[in-house]
Amino acid sequence: MEYLAQQMMNAFAFGAEYALLALGLAIVFSIMGLVNFAHGEMIAVGGYSMVAMAALSLGNPMIVIGFALLAAVVASVTLERVAFRPVRYADPTTGLLTAFGVSIILQNLFLLLVSPRPIAVTSLYFLEWSIPIGMVSISSLQLFEALTTIIVIVALMLFLRQTSLGLAMRAAALDFEMVRLTGIRANRVFAMAFMISGMLAGIACIFIMARRGSVDPHLGFDPVLKAFVACVVGGFGSLPGAVLGGFLLGVVEVAMLVLLPQSLGGMTDAFVFGIIALVLVWRPNGILAARAEKGDKQ
Amino acid sequence: MLERRGHNGPAFRFSKEMLSVDNLEVFHGPIKAVHGISFKIDAGQCVALLGPNGAGKTSTISAITGIARATGQVLFEGSDISKTPVEARIQRGISVSPEGRRVFANLTVEENLRLGSAASDSNTKTSIAEFFDTFPILGERRHQSAGTLSGGEQQMLAIARALIAKPRILLLDEPSLGLAPKIVGQIFSLIGDLKAKGITILLVEQNAAQALRLSDYVYFLNNGRIAAEGTAESLGKSDTLMAELTGIS
Repeated sequence: MEYLAQQMMNAFAFGAEYALLALGLAIVFSIMGLVNFAHGEMIAVGGYSMVAMAALSLGNPMIVIGFALLAAVVASVTLERVAFRPVRYADPTTGLLTAFGVSIILQNLFLLLVSPRPIAVTSLYFLEWSIPIGMVSISSLQLFEALTTIIVIVALMLFLRQTSLGLAMRAAALDFEMVRLTGIRANRVFAMAFMISGMLAGIACIFIMARRGSVDPHLGFDPVLKAFVACVVGGFGSLPGAVLGGFLLGVVEVAMLVLLPQSLGGMTDAFVFGIIALVLVWRPNGILAARAEKGDKQ
Repeated sequence: MLERRGHNGPAFRFSKEMLSVDNLEVFHGPIKAVHGISFKIDAGQCVALLGPNGAGKTSTISAITGIARATGQVLFEGSDISKTPVEARIQRGISVSPEGRRVFANLTVEENLRLGSAASDSNTKTSIAEFFDTFPILGERRHQSAGTLSGGEQQMLAIARALIAKPRILLLDEPSLGLAPKIVGQIFSLIGDLKAKGITILLVEQNAAQALRLSDYVYFLNNGRIAAEGTAESLGKSDTLMAELTGIS
């Protein structure tokens, strides 16, 4: 019972992390048609900002977390302004190549300017302790991660439904030109999308750093790859799809870790992606594929 | 009051000039869709751009809003807006109900209207409530996704979304396109009401009979050029032109 509860919590926590990152990718893709592979580097920026805080002897956890979030948001908005705005209306392939270029440049900057080796980040260890609930004991970090993700999803939902800019972002996913024809500035919509995306990367960064305890130049690669897969499974461009895909990927990954015999332990990812491939055979455009119609009856 | 124009000169002058287009050329990539047209709309007027498919009507609207690449001059209330970004033109008081309606199908009726009023200074809540009085069918469907509305309801929503920004001029691009005759009648009745309220309208249409009935002045576009112009009455007297117009209505 305890084992099952623990694994369910693992699945939920993994899924929450993937959902946060997938949302960050999906929100930019839905508006701009850009798969931002540099999203992972925002996690690394957050991680290195924690290193900088430690070097400055600023160990207050709230300051560290706040600064990491701020760093990820600023980096994301800056990238939009510097790298992605010039290719905003270009072919999607141009945007994709730009994202890869930005990702490689940032990784190399971390390698050259900081260190190729992992650097320990210990300031978030306080987030991890054991919480006994009846016969079961769960990790506080996993609980925080799951709760934070739920709060973030609810807050994002409220933002997208209740504010003019949120409505514009939802509408832009369908017909961006028409949003401009309502007088809402394109730059504001894009900047907000990248700001939210950076914030989501920053939140994910906090939990990744608390779990890993170190940052290296390639920190963001694996999470962003998983987030990409989550988006594809959920339906690229669909925000609910990104959340669903993230949680589904977390569940499948933990299920494979638990169910596969030890001899096949090294092939977990192969089985995970095999199952994902089967899902895509069933639903080639993802489970909750975004609608493509423009104004006609659906 | 009435000042006839020369070949490429201004149309005629009422009390206050709202929009003036001079030597407008519109491009879609390397293709020139509009070849140096000029026209004017005075405050409170309803001016129609008529013509067959591919005449350059929608391209002209796109150039006025700033969406399409264009050369020439667009003056709005005396200011040159040729280089002004799309969003700023809309904020200055140009609203468009585009061809194909283009309502945001994934948003509710109310959300479409909220978005329409987002860039204006008007009190959104009051405006939306007022609009549901004017468009009762939209009020009934306020929480319904816009994508589930009928074609006529979507057209009303598109017009309402443009109107809620309280525009100085309303650009209506093919409002009757693809609608049943009964619904077309309702839409033109609505446009007639808007005109009666003194709203300045640029109407792009293929339905010549209805457009001629409503408009103060008419430009007939063909192959990206103004082929004829005049009051609806004067154009109605030209049998050749009427045959051409009704043939496409």
